[in-house]
Amino acid sequence: MPEDTGLRTLPSPRRLPAWAGKLLWPVLALALLLAFNAVATPNFFNLEIRDGHLYGSLIDILNHGAKVMILALGMTLVIATGGVDLSVGAVMAIAGALAAMVIHVHAWPFAAGLALVLGVCLLAGAWNGMLVAVFRVQPIVATLILMVAGRGVAQLLTDGKIITFTDPANPALIFLGNGHLLGLPFPVAIVAVMLALTVLLTRRTALGLFIESVGDNETASHFSGVQARSVKFMVYVFSAFCAGVAGLIAASNIKAADSNNAGLYLELDAILAVVIGGTALTGGRFYLVGAVIGALLIQTLTTTIFMRDVSAHIIPLPKALVIVIVCLLQSPAFRRKIMAPFVRRAA
Amino acid sequence: MNPLLQICGLTKSFPGVRALEGVDFAVRPGEVHALMGENGAGKSTLIKVLTGVYGRDGGSIELGGRAIAPRSPQDAEREGISTVYQEVNLIPELSVAENICLGRQSTVGGLIRWGAIRRRAQQALARLGLDIDVTATLSSYSIAIQQMVAIARALDVQARLLILDEPTSSLDEQEVAELFAVLRRLRDDGLGIVFITHFLDQVYAISDRITVLRNGKLVGTYEAAGLPKLSLIAHMIGKDPAEVEAMSQAPPPPAPTGAEAFLRAEQLGRAGSIAPMDLAIHAGEVVGLAGLLGSGRTELARLLFGIDRSDTGRVEVEGRSVRLGHPRRAIALGLAFTPEDRKIAGIIPSLSVRENIILALQASRGPWRRLAASRQAELADRFIDALGIKTPDREQAVANLSGGNQQKVILGRWLAMEPRLLILDEPTRGIDVGAKAEIEKLMANLRQKGMAILFISSELEEVVRDSQRVIVLRDRCKIGELTGGQIDEHAIMHMIAGTQGGEHG
Repeated sequence: MPEDTGLRTLPSPRRLPAWAGKLLWPVLALALLLAFNAVATPNFFNLEIRDGHLYGSLIDILNHGAKVMILALGMTLVIATGGVDLSVGAVMAIAGALAAMVIHVHAWPFAAGLALVLGVCLLAGAWNGMLVAVFRVQPIVATLILMVAGRGVAQLLTDGKIITFTDPANPALIFLGNGHLLGLPFPVAIVAVMLALTVLLTRRTALGLFIESVGDNETASHFSGVQARSVKFMVYVFSAFCAGVAGLIAASNIKAADSNNAGLYLELDAILAVVIGGTALTGGRFYLVGAVIGALLIQTLTTTIFMRDVSAHIIPLPKALVIVIVCLLQSPAFRRKIMAPFVRRAA
Repeated sequence: MNPLLQICGLTKSFPGVRALEGVDFAVRPGEVHALMGENGAGKSTLIKVLTGVYGRDGGSIELGGRAIAPRSPQDAEREGISTVYQEVNLIPELSVAENICLGRQSTVGGLIRWGAIRRRAQQALARLGLDIDVTATLSSYSIAIQQMVAIARALDVQARLLILDEPTSSLDEQEVAELFAVLRRLRDDGLGIVFITHFLDQVYAISDRITVLRNGKLVGTYEAAGLPKLSLIAHMIGKDPAEVEAMSQAPPPPAPTGAEAFLRAEQLGRAGSIAPMDLAIHAGEVVGLAGLLGSGRTELARLLFGIDRSDTGRVEVEGRSVRLGHPRRAIALGLAFTPEDRKIAGIIPSLSVRENIILALQASRGPWRRLAASRQAELADRFIDALGIKTPDREQAVANLSGGNQQKVILGRWLAMEPRLLILDEPTRGIDVGAKAEIEKLMANLRQKGMAILFISSELEEVVRDSQRVIVLRDRCKIGELTGGQIDEHAIMHMIAGTQGGEHG
């Protein structure tokens, strides 16, 4: 009802900042899930220190959730422009395959290998960005191309084999997914740095404003002089970069490049994490911390189910249930419906 | 005569806002009743409560002597209340018949009876005196016809009360006349019609009675014939008629400066859009663009601002030849453009007033040189204050502001750039009298400070009042130019009608 709100300001009710309201539901869901585990899952909150490193279920959640958290950062910005990036799982596979080939098989120096892998991922992102921003292909179709083709590329790189690197020919590659920093698994540190950098990059510059304005109204942004095409191009490049980092961690975790299974379906988890985090699929306002909490929620759920000895085959079912509940709670229409009996109408 | 619709003491609040306060409103059968008020007066809220979009907090609604409480627009339709909104709410890619019957298809065993639907659509249109091919897609007809189809759809259910919310804002004069003929016909059939518009002349052309709201309260209901126009405006903005009279007596605009033009275009044109034409705009002058809807006014503005690329001619800014082809380039040259359709091309709805105001300035600085938070706040507050933008605070989402205030936010966005040439495409469309007067005053101020302004408006009165020079367009061609004392409504209308030759340009 934009046209006629009859804006006569009465003393306006105290307002929380928008991001606080958006974070409420995912944080609440996460807290509930943790509370459930505190009661129902023995030893869930146990932490122990071995060799100076922290171990326990909570640490596992952070460690295993790292990949989706990183993907969610890039996905948040893509979704904020009104797009979506389906190719991140495939880009992960490419990153893993390439890393195994150049760093392990061809024994490149680690830094050179890392630069090549991330460089190729940036190219993959540029391909997506070009299709969407320059040729105006619908994002879902544009990134579907790489989602399908990317795994083929990864297969080509490894000649269709799974390349394992269990013997530490290059310890740095193994450290990436298995090392520790300050007692915490190294992937957690990577997440922390990536999150901080992404927040700085979007909120300390005007990029965040441009991304939100392009996602909310591209025509009006264009007319105001915002370089809408560059903004869109850039978010896909950034998303592919995040996918590259996640792909390196994934390969390092299992000490192998498995082109068929690396990052499989993780694009869907990442999209889900973004949505749970409060960013609308239609674009506009985005919430990076929300997306990371969303990813944590998904991982906590998976870990909880594992720890309760549920068969791996039915894991998607309880996961889907909890996600439906979180998404419903976020919907204002649903909240109004279920709260209606409790709210007295002013006479 | 017993009223058809009787609303008593209607009250509706939103968090922090009282939108309607004890409003009484009655419509008789067989009358056209204009509902008037500034943006934010409560017209839309009243309509939305009446049609079940919002619930009400208090008061009663009776239709034909029976209390009703519609809970959705469908519910209201079943009670006999149908609404046609400002923007045509139909589906352009479907046929006329489908649009009229959508959601109420007659079916046999789940299958749609296309023959019945076509007949029903034809009947509905015949009631409006319209005989068109109902199997053609809606988008193949003019906006006026689409508006009629929307009305036919509204009447297809057994409507007793028809509500028209700004039905004429995208119609030209001829089309408005057609619409009014249809409305008179329906009124004579005994339908009650509620008509909302910002065009005062139209109110007097069609209405029997006028109800005025201000700040969510009823000001009064008057017989249209007994209410002078000045009194109506005075009621709407809450001033007395003498004050309004003083406001409308603008001082005669001085002659334009003889200096070098800020912008000069030669043979500027684009195939299929606008024929090659010459144009010069000086600093410190308002150049009006007059012409009917579709005469090429907006197309010319888009060419100048680089949204569309010209394929003939050249443009000079301050004597230097420039290439336009992108809004960024135009902005860098000191141009600014407030588009005709502020919802589609102007506002960024879910961003705040502050973000909307600083957007163009920030875009010109690029992403890396971010304006400091304090500077953003200062800029936003300055323009909220200077333009009188009514908003609780600068962090309010622009979508929550009324139309006039949204328009001011877009103006603020450009004024923050300190442009040399401001192109205003229908800046006063769909906003209330008060805001209109403010925008006209602002234009005069900016001009006196040396800004060049290209002013596009469908309301000739405004063009005549505010411009130092008027360029008249017809059928995508420039057909003449009027300066200073030559500018008057008759001269322009004669030019448009082609009854009196202007010099060709």
